Amino acid sequence: MSTLDTELAPVLPLTGQKQRVPKWKKRSTWVTVIWAVVLTVIVAVVLYPLLWMVLASFKPSADINGNVSLLPENPTIQNYVKVLQGIGGIPVYTFFINSLILAVGSVIGVVISSSMAAYAFARVRFAGSKIFFGLMIATLLLPFHVLIIPQYIIFQRLGLIDTFVPLLVVKFLATEAFFVFLMVQFIRNLPMELDEAARIDGAGHPRVFFSITLPLIKPALVTSSIFAFIWSWNDFLGPLLYLNSTDKYPLPLALRLYNDQSSVSDYGATIAISVLALIPIALFFFIFQRFLVEGVATQGLKG
Amino acid sequence: MTTTQRQVSKKAAPIGSAPVGPGSSAPRAAGRPKLSEKKRDGIAGYLFLTPWLIGFFVLTLGPMLISLYLAFTKYNLFTDPEWIGLDNFTRMFSDPQFQQSVQITLTYVLVGTPIKLAAALGVAMLLNYRSRGSGFFRSAFYAPSLIGASVSVAIVWRAMFNNDGPVDTGLSFLGIDVGGWVGNPALVMPMMILLAVWQFGAPMVIFLAGLKQIPGELYEAADVDGAGPWRKFRSVTLPMLSPVIFFNLLLEMIGAFQIFASAFIISSGTGGPAGSTNFYTVYLYQRAFGDLQMGYASAMAWLLLVVVGIAAFVLFRTSKFWVHYGGDLK
Repeated sequence: MSTLDTELAPVLPLTGQKQRVPKWKKRSTWVTVIWAVVLTVIVAVVLYPLLWMVLASFKPSADINGNVSLLPENPTIQNYVKVLQGIGGIPVYTFFINSLILAVGSVIGVVISSSMAAYAFARVRFAGSKIFFGLMIATLLLPFHVLIIPQYIIFQRLGLIDTFVPLLVVKFLATEAFFVFLMVQFIRNLPMELDEAARIDGAGHPRVFFSITLPLIKPALVTSSIFAFIWSWNDFLGPLLYLNSTDKYPLPLALRLYNDQSSVSDYGATIAISVLALIPIALFFFIFQRFLVEGVATQGLKG
Repeated sequence: MTTTQRQVSKKAAPIGSAPVGPGSSAPRAAGRPKLSEKKRDGIAGYLFLTPWLIGFFVLTLGPMLISLYLAFTKYNLFTDPEWIGLDNFTRMFSDPQFQQSVQITLTYVLVGTPIKLAAALGVAMLLNYRSRGSGFFRSAFYAPSLIGASVSVAIVWRAMFNNDGPVDTGLSFLGIDVGGWVGNPALVMPMMILLAVWQFGAPMVIFLAGLKQIPGELYEAADVDGAGPWRKFRSVTLPMLSPVIFFNLLLEMIGAFQIFASAFIISSGTGGPAGSTNFYTVYLYQRAFGDLQMGYASAMAWLLLVVVGIAAFVLFRTSKFWVHYGGDLK
């Protein structure tokens, strides 16, 4: 966190250089009030769907549609009770555990493989590094759909369909260039002197990587972990391709079951499980929002 | 890499020795510490890169080539691929569903992306106006970007725009009675674009960071010259922000081409009603994994790759004319 802040600090224009507020920055109280009101209205519109969703999950299914009131008139937890009964004979916690295994596995894979690749690109001089770096950047722009058919064929030949392996192995092989790129940018901003001092003292690359680079790029590792977790948690296409048995479904596929199969009477339950599925992301967001927002900001500007 | 390191190894290299590529087999006789360090660098580099290299060759480049081959074949996963030349590509011309999916996807990309970026820039400028108190707003606006592609949000979006859902009810208060958006082919696209625009937070955060980098002197100078707000926006903000606009445009366009989960969920995987959510990737998925027409779907995938590649290339080439990199204006 602190590293990210200091990294951004020199970038902020004129901070502390001048006491005089430039004319274009002088604001009257009225303008500030209007500013706050306008933004509050926009926030209300943006957050309305989420608020509606949470409140609707406490309404009886029949009240969700055609009801003007945002607040539930007859609040009920019946939807959640129904969700906890599971679907198709599978208890709902199975889906949460599957999602959790995939998300935690993704985080571990992404952190290990991407930090290794990033260290190689940012700190080791070897033949071909420039070419591979260029190729890595190119994969940032590669539409994923070009790969799904051949990847599916490969994993099918290996007999790995309906296992978590295809979903996790891609994370352990640093195929998501976003993370490698984020970490490369971060490592490049670290002072080289530390590495050099360690090298002079006889430390090899593995030693430098573990004792110097990894501890210093902790903010980038945290940002990457959060994104890796959330992306895996939300991923729909991957599980849709590779998982067939309902008991291996992560939440997005389970949600689809509710969405496609539910009759009108289960409408509330579908919304309730949608809310439950978003809770872990909401927690991450409240705890780490600065990491996330700044991760996005640096990614955009250091390119 | 670092100049220091390069200089050190250059200095230490024995005079007259042929330049040795790191990683290649250096003359064993030399045995100088610096030479072997170069060699060690090569080994270390490739060791650290091993996971990525396997991922790149086995899961990216290899599959791309397989996919390119399959694009010229008929293949259903169970019998061997059968070479049919350009048939898959010519078939696209007589496939109305394919053409519909292209039209829908292009509309979504070309209409949705500019609206989303305009919203992102507008709100970013509002936030940049005053930094105190804007942190809360920044986070709140960013939240939808984190969850926008999730199935939960697709389900909620569908529920909100349903017949008698909150949007329909709200509009009928205003005297507009359009009914449910989900079942109406004409309204599905606006609904999908609204879902995209709702996620303006991520590009907004990037715009905001870019706006903060514009030196205040430029606006002061513009003030001195008597420029109004619009002129300042046209002549200072836009040019200074153009690299960020370029970056956002590129990423958002490529992302928009690949919309899948929300379209799939909103139509329950059918692409309906009347094919109005039959986005390119949804159609590709149905052809590949519904009908097992792997060859045709591979051809579609490569066409997508080529189109995205051309779009990116055009953006890069034209960027010379509208993207200003540091110093242009100073």
